[in-house]
Amino acid sequence: MIIGGKELTSRLFIGTGKFASNAIIPEVVKRSGAQVVTVALRRMDFDSKEENMLNHIPQDCILMTNTSGARNADEAVRIARIARAAGCGNWIKIEIVTDNKYLLPDNYETIKATEILAKEGFVVLPYMSPDLIVARNLRDAGAAAVMPLGAPIGTNKGLKTKELVKIMIDEIDLPIIVDAGLGRPSEAAEAMEMGAAAVLVNTAIATSDDPVSMGEAFGLAVIAGRKAFLAGAPAVKDFAEASSPLTGFLRS
Amino acid sequence: MSFYQKYLEYKDFDFERFYSNITDNQILSVINKDRINELEFLMLLSEKAAKYIELMAQKSKKLTLQYFGKVIFLYTPLYLANYCVNQCVYCGFNISNDIARKKLTKEELEKEAEIISQTGLKHILILTGESRTHSSVDYIKECVEVLIKYFCSISIEVYPLETDEYRELIEAGVDGLTIYQEVYNEEIYKKLHLKGPKRNYRFRLDAPERACIAGMRSVNIGALLGLDDWRKEAFFTGLHAHYLQNKYPDTEISVSMPRIRPHTGAFQPRVKVDDRSFVQIMLAFRLFMPRIGITLSTRERAEFRDNLIGLGVTKMSAGSSTEVGGHALTSKTEGQFDICDTRSVKEMSEFIYSKGYQPVFKDWQAI
Repeated sequence: MIIGGKELTSRLFIGTGKFASNAIIPEVVKRSGAQVVTVALRRMDFDSKEENMLNHIPQDCILMTNTSGARNADEAVRIARIARAAGCGNWIKIEIVTDNKYLLPDNYETIKATEILAKEGFVVLPYMSPDLIVARNLRDAGAAAVMPLGAPIGTNKGLKTKELVKIMIDEIDLPIIVDAGLGRPSEAAEAMEMGAAAVLVNTAIATSDDPVSMGEAFGLAVIAGRKAFLAGAPAVKDFAEASSPLTGFLRS
Repeated sequence: MSFYQKYLEYKDFDFERFYSNITDNQILSVINKDRINELEFLMLLSEKAAKYIELMAQKSKKLTLQYFGKVIFLYTPLYLANYCVNQCVYCGFNISNDIARKKLTKEELEKEAEIISQTGLKHILILTGESRTHSSVDYIKECVEVLIKYFCSISIEVYPLETDEYRELIEAGVDGLTIYQEVYNEEIYKKLHLKGPKRNYRFRLDAPERACIAGMRSVNIGALLGLDDWRKEAFFTGLHAHYLQNKYPDTEISVSMPRIRPHTGAFQPRVKVDDRSFVQIMLAFRLFMPRIGITLSTRERAEFRDNLIGLGVTKMSAGSSTEVGGHALTSKTEGQFDICDTRSVKEMSEFIYSKGYQPVFKDWQAI
């Protein structure tokens, strides 16, 4: 899979917001195999050696700054520019939330921010509420991938938006990355079997009692799901194949 | 509409009768619900629910972990001035208290900021007493302009302002407001606020809403526990937070549960709020509003604070002083109240790490 001109070997992206210690992140990255790591600019503490998350992100990872805290396109754009100026690269996850109760993304503002940032040369990965028309708009605005949520962020409810995400996978010729809501490796596998290009996981790994093992489990699930998708999962049959078929009389 | 209408709706509510009709089964089913309504929230605050505090704690822990992760946000208060024209019977800055009055000069403020920023903290809460003469909006703005060089997030805890004044301060770099109603019971409010502009209950009650309208990023409210029946006060605090959260979804709403602490002056709390009740309030808040911020100050004992990490608290102060110039100056004034947890930021961080949580120094970036 190529995004923003980079070939990615791992289809697991991880978030960094909820870990008990940033020091554990390198091990989680290593064991999960994740290659793209997202960090909120609001959490980057450039003045502190120990507390700066960036010092815990392995060099060979792709850093994807996210715009957490942005309430509109303008704020997201400003956050992206600050991040790039601070040396965080040009990968940006647009996250615009105007609802602090459910933390659901604002698709309209997200499209606006995508258009501006893509024009400025950012590799833009917008986080969105699954919707085919919005996904088309994001593609036309220059998004490098589209990241629909599986369920509201942090809920661990799994792939609740399955039908809508499936339609996006079928119709949009950009990588569709399921971001938010996946609580178990099996749900990550489910998304991958369905044809998602990748998944992004934070809460389920970070808040597990053993984040390193959980990261590894997600890594394996993503590989398994992807393989199954490529192999072509056998079709589900609603009826058993009868030994005396109803159409058996049609001999020729 | 203002929250005042909501207050009036419940003002004469027969709480006792409501409590007496609650069944154990109702409480258990509320604890297991995904979405809780206003009266179900009140059930969680009832005496009967105290029996189920462990179950509430389990649920609260799960929700907090899910939505906030294994992190605790840190901040510290910085007192700019203690001039005050109000006569609030429970406060050390009461105009009738004979204490040394002071307001930081720019140079002194730089010094305070310098010392605090050396601890690594990036979030600061600035406070003043209520005196439009000594601590005018312009003075606060000048202070913000100094602090912005040192901190990523600046919150204010000052007298209630007009919407345009909040806008002015937001423009200058303020992103958070803390304002406590002190007591939601309007009659008691009048009795405890003897003189000064603070007697205006409605103007204070609507201040958080004015800040939301002005575009404040985060708003923290609370009732000073000990001034009236805590179940009712916690109920109104929760309703207020819920009202703001629903009406201004793009503002991050938080609640505090400050308990009255010893201070200059002779006022004794009218109601005692013990640890168990305090925890019940916190858990009820979390179950009612899973994504609300819950702030815990150094008014509380170190050991008690330690036990609350993970249970629902999201933000804690550390290395606090309630004196003007308390961080750097040697000539000190009386504090607003006595703090209880006197640990330094470093000690606090180490402890948070030892509990399996990450102390977060920075959670905003001025943009």
